Amino acid sequence: MHIDDKLISRLELLTRLRLRGSERERLRADLEKMLSMVDKLSELDLSEVMPLTHITDVWNNWRADEVCGQLSREEALRNAPDTDGIFFRVPKVIQSKSKST
Amino acid sequence: MSTTAVRPRFRSLRQVRHALDTGQLTFEQLVQYYLHRIATDNKRLNVFIEVFADEALRRARQLDDRLQHEGLSALGPLAGMVVSLKDVLCFKDHQVTAASRILDGFHSLFSATAVSRVLDADAIIIGRVNCDEFAMGSSTEYSYYGPTHNALDPERVPGGSSGGSAVAVQADMCLASIGSDTGGSVRQPAAFCGVVGFKPSYGRISRHGLLAYASSFDQIGTLTHSAIDAASLLSVMAGPDAYDATCSPQPLPTFSDEAWASVPQARIAWFAEALDHPGLDPRIAQLTRQYLEGLRQKGHQLEAVSFDLIDYVVPAYYVLTTAEASSNLSRYDGVRFGWRHPQARSPEEVYTMTRTAGFGAEVKRRIMLGAFVLSAGYYDAYYGRAQKVRHLIVQRMAALFERYDFIVMPTSPVLPWHLGQMNEDPTQMYLADIYTVLANLAGLPAISLPAGQVEGLPIGVQFMAAPFREKPLLEFAHSILDRENA
Repeated sequence: MHIDDKLISRLELLTRLRLRGSERERLRADLEKMLSMVDKLSELDLSEVMPLTHITDVWNNWRADEVCGQLSREEALRNAPDTDGIFFRVPKVIQSKSKST
Repeated sequence: MSTTAVRPRFRSLRQVRHALDTGQLTFEQLVQYYLHRIATDNKRLNVFIEVFADEALRRARQLDDRLQHEGLSALGPLAGMVVSLKDVLCFKDHQVTAASRILDGFHSLFSATAVSRVLDADAIIIGRVNCDEFAMGSSTEYSYYGPTHNALDPERVPGGSSGGSAVAVQADMCLASIGSDTGGSVRQPAAFCGVVGFKPSYGRISRHGLLAYASSFDQIGTLTHSAIDAASLLSVMAGPDAYDATCSPQPLPTFSDEAWASVPQARIAWFAEALDHPGLDPRIAQLTRQYLEGLRQKGHQLEAVSFDLIDYVVPAYYVLTTAEASSNLSRYDGVRFGWRHPQARSPEEVYTMTRTAGFGAEVKRRIMLGAFVLSAGYYDAYYGRAQKVRHLIVQRMAALFERYDFIVMPTSPVLPWHLGQMNEDPTQMYLADIYTVLANLAGLPAISLPAGQVEGLPIGVQFMAAPFREKPLLEFAHSILDRENA
């Protein structure tokens, strides 16, 4: 399958990765190789086979609905790149604009 | 250039415990020995990302104190086991980074269930070791910390992704290492380094605190010199856990001295398609055939069976694992934990700039492929098909295990390659996973055992068993390992 620039741009958006220059070309070529490898799956007749969604028979394995395993606020913020001590902090979401649109 | 292998001072926990029990060794001397080994070789082999020297020594002195007052029998079943952790396992208040820049500086807020259990059993954790970034790779070259080198030939890779774990055991920097195996990441480096690599059944050991790559494939495994040590670690780590809903409630049978002493006669199948595969190095094929002949002479029943799905396992594996990875790794967004790109000026830039600069090339490739196979218009053709192939494989394996105890094949179709050799085409390296991904696709326990050398490089032979049949698998492995050593 041919991977065009439009598809790479769509995948960039989906994965929140930005590829530029030689990295973009390299990844496009690699993805083509990877897809030609996995295209082998199209050879099999799978019309009678159901997809496998659980690998063991352990599912819907609920624990009691009790509060446990909680992190304190201090712990939850300990690894944050930026915090005001109460919340995670990110750059401003709504930027003030000089011109109305 | 080839160098001679380090001869391990201890090859099993039993030997260490005997030395401790008879007063020939203290815990502190034991830790000092491994610290000395690390100091000697770590610079050249790049195995440990971090060594917990002071902490390990402190713990050793506490154990010495207890040994003196209470005796060895009062200590936990892993007292005397010095282990390293692959850098994907959480250890409370210690760093864990998955060998990725994106987790630079991250400190675990809790310990993985497996890690807590080995600590409760009085093991000593000596440090964390290198691996491929987010366990994605078969060579330990794709690490933020640079590649790890095979101790037998430092110009060659140790395999991966648990390459640091394999070399740590190979070069006698610890007695055992705890790794993770999503498609062979414990077994293939074990084969490349001449040690024992064991992956339990899916669901046998809690994945709580294991950094996720592909959640329906990931399983914690061990790298050791012996099958008994793998069993000792398994016995401690296995069992249900309230923090992992996929963890099986099936009890693990107890290992006993009598069972270790017996030599079971096994019904073993091998795949004609695997040993005649065009991708298999003929020298490995020849050595494997000799190995199988040796098993037959020892009284085991060996039969060739057909497995015509062999060329579909790697494609199915890469569709499903990359899909799960693209979903699992979406949590690394630079907002709540880990590294954030310092130049990001908007929330959108926080995500995109952080992920773009934080992930390495191989991780990006897999996230991209995963996003593609899950995306609208391609889902049925790729992800849905691969799930069906996985179902077919599970059914086929279940039928085989009604007739056979084990399935045997080489662990890897190729010898440890030179660093950089596989960098041109990523699919070349993926295809080298042909013999190991099957166990993860079907959730089977599997073990790689040293099976000789080709031109001075170790090769491994792999045995797989039906789900939750770890006990017979390990006992069988022990019986052949002991005979090999005899």
